[in-house]
Amino acid sequence: MAEPFRGFTSKVVPLHAENVDTDQVVPARYLKITDKAGLADVLFRDWRFNEDGTLKDPPFVLDQPGMAGRHFLLVGDNFGTGSSREHAPWALEAWGIRAVISTGFADIFRGNALKNSVVPVVVDPATHARLFTMIEGNPDAELTFDLAEQGILLPDGTTIDFEIDPFSKLMLMRGTDEMGYLLGKLPAIDAWEAGHPGRVDTRPEAGRRK
Amino acid sequence: MSVLETKGPRTLVEKIWNDHVVAEDPGAPTILAVDLHLVHEVTSPQAFTGLRQRGLSVRHPERTVATADHSVPTTPRGLPFLDPMAAAQVQQLDTNCREFGIPLHGIGDPSQGIVHVIGPQLGLTQPGMTIVCGDSHTSTHGAFGALAFGIGTSEVEMVLATQTLLQRKPKTYEVRVDGTLAPGVGAKDIILALIARIGIAGGTGHVFEYRGEAIRALTMEQRMTICNMSIEGGARAGLIAPDETTFAYLKGRPHAPTGAAWDEAVARWRTLPTDDGAFYDKSIVIDASALEPMVTYGTNPGMGIPISGRVPDPAAATDPAHGRALEKALAYMDLTPGQAILGQSVDVVFIGSCTNGRISDLRLAAAALRGQHVAATVRMMIVPGSDEVKREAEAEGLDEIFRAAGAEWREAGCSMCIAMNGDQLKPGQYAVSTSNRNFEGRQGKGGRTFLASPLTAAASAIAGVVADPRLLPGIEATSGIGGR
Repeated sequence: MAEPFRGFTSKVVPLHAENVDTDQVVPARYLKITDKAGLADVLFRDWRFNEDGTLKDPPFVLDQPGMAGRHFLLVGDNFGTGSSREHAPWALEAWGIRAVISTGFADIFRGNALKNSVVPVVVDPATHARLFTMIEGNPDAELTFDLAEQGILLPDGTTIDFEIDPFSKLMLMRGTDEMGYLLGKLPAIDAWEAGHPGRVDTRPEAGRRK
Repeated sequence: MSVLETKGPRTLVEKIWNDHVVAEDPGAPTILAVDLHLVHEVTSPQAFTGLRQRGLSVRHPERTVATADHSVPTTPRGLPFLDPMAAAQVQQLDTNCREFGIPLHGIGDPSQGIVHVIGPQLGLTQPGMTIVCGDSHTSTHGAFGALAFGIGTSEVEMVLATQTLLQRKPKTYEVRVDGTLAPGVGAKDIILALIARIGIAGGTGHVFEYRGEAIRALTMEQRMTICNMSIEGGARAGLIAPDETTFAYLKGRPHAPTGAAWDEAVARWRTLPTDDGAFYDKSIVIDASALEPMVTYGTNPGMGIPISGRVPDPAAATDPAHGRALEKALAYMDLTPGQAILGQSVDVVFIGSCTNGRISDLRLAAAALRGQHVAATVRMMIVPGSDEVKREAEAEGLDEIFRAAGAEWREAGCSMCIAMNGDQLKPGQYAVSTSNRNFEGRQGKGGRTFLASPLTAAASAIAGVVADPRLLPGIEATSGIGGR
């Protein structure tokens, strides 16, 4: 159960890369954990660190001065493509990212992010370009994220409106999760199942040997 | 007969969707019933922890099945795990399955294997079902006319607890493949060609339905190769309507219906194909006869070209962002714009994965390798998709052909497709791989991947460079190697 999500004011981490796959967000060799510990350290691991564990020179954007603690990630099109690993939004959240702004997201990542208090914000290409230009001109520009109003307030006083699935928005604002909702629907699930017997039985004794 | 069936022509996807709607609250996503939940060691431990914290049980352990595949070594089974974290993760799966009563095909079980290989093999994957797994290649099961898609760990927990998921209805994308494939060109080339055309985000928000005469002509294993990589085209799922090929594959499998139940099931499955005149949100047509073997040159599966083609030039990109991405990809791959991909040196060849680790894939590789030898500079790894595939290959003597050719014949698992288990490239090495992803570091940090078909992989292993399988001796005969 997460904290209720309202909004925040933060500077932006700009990442000039499109089609960032979740293998880059968290490389597969870090998926052997059975909990969620240590994921902030392996976020974008292979873009941040050399083979010997030292930081790249020049450092990757996350490791540049003043980036720690920022909550916005501004990134190129189709973010989160590839593997379904929820470790990707877990790691982003653990590092401090609460909103990712792009022109598009891969479907599975989008769903996973919304379940972990990381909001995928889709903007049109012109707005996307304008944001990158603004951050280039003023790397310390502060933006204000307002979930209730579905807007991001820029320093020049203008607001970028964004769409969010109303159900996901409600879950975020209440700090509740889909599991709680589904558990509340168990009577409906019971009723449906009464009229729909299982299609298959996975137990070995139910399987006829060839 | 559902009322919804009277509402005009429907697609395969709509029929399956409508059959599984449990409830819909205004403003909320659909509660969708799940028929089969596949579980593996990597994306499930945190879900079981969640169940324990909430004091929940697994609603339908008998609609759930688990296996260990991602982090398991492919060295002889008698040897211990060298990686204590992998060992602990596989042990945790064992503990979780025992505690929650879930059938597990773990290490040593004759049905162990890659989750997307064993589902069909056991007859658990059936037409018209909804199938989920914490793995994006769950789309594989769509080959049977099932709505099958990958989910995150939060969703794994929800399915374990409620046997349902909250979902928004996806849009549909018709992929019609006409014509006949030329010898040496196969299912892998069809899907790589599609992704090269529409890009890796082309199917976002959609579900593919593959149709057309070239799809109908494919065996079930070839159809699985295509559906497997739907996610690489951005679609969470990709389906093929069931037909006689599907029924023939399923009949007699351990968990397939029998007797009168079989006849009833087949009658139900025959109602699934898309009705004439049904609406798709998007459509594309591909001419199979015009396809060449495909190979990727870059760092995502959309960066693919016909094998006789040349590596594209970033300077020629119309969109500057694409140009930058291509430049970055070629720098990582250390390839030159405009160079031929044929003749590019190769260090490792990997045949396996949920894309191409089935018996027909191994038969194709064996047909190419029989009486040949892997180039002295190449390490070739052949990893069966399941323990059953391994036994079958050995019964046919394929392992002898592989060993005689100088290839490694290993135990079943995901292996170097995801490189979690110690099977990996060294930095800078080039691999021709029959797997599904060529992302940076996917097959080992700093490793470079060319995705291709089993025939292209085998031809390249022999030549020591990326090679055209159409030049293999006896290539015409390989068109008949379909398996099931």
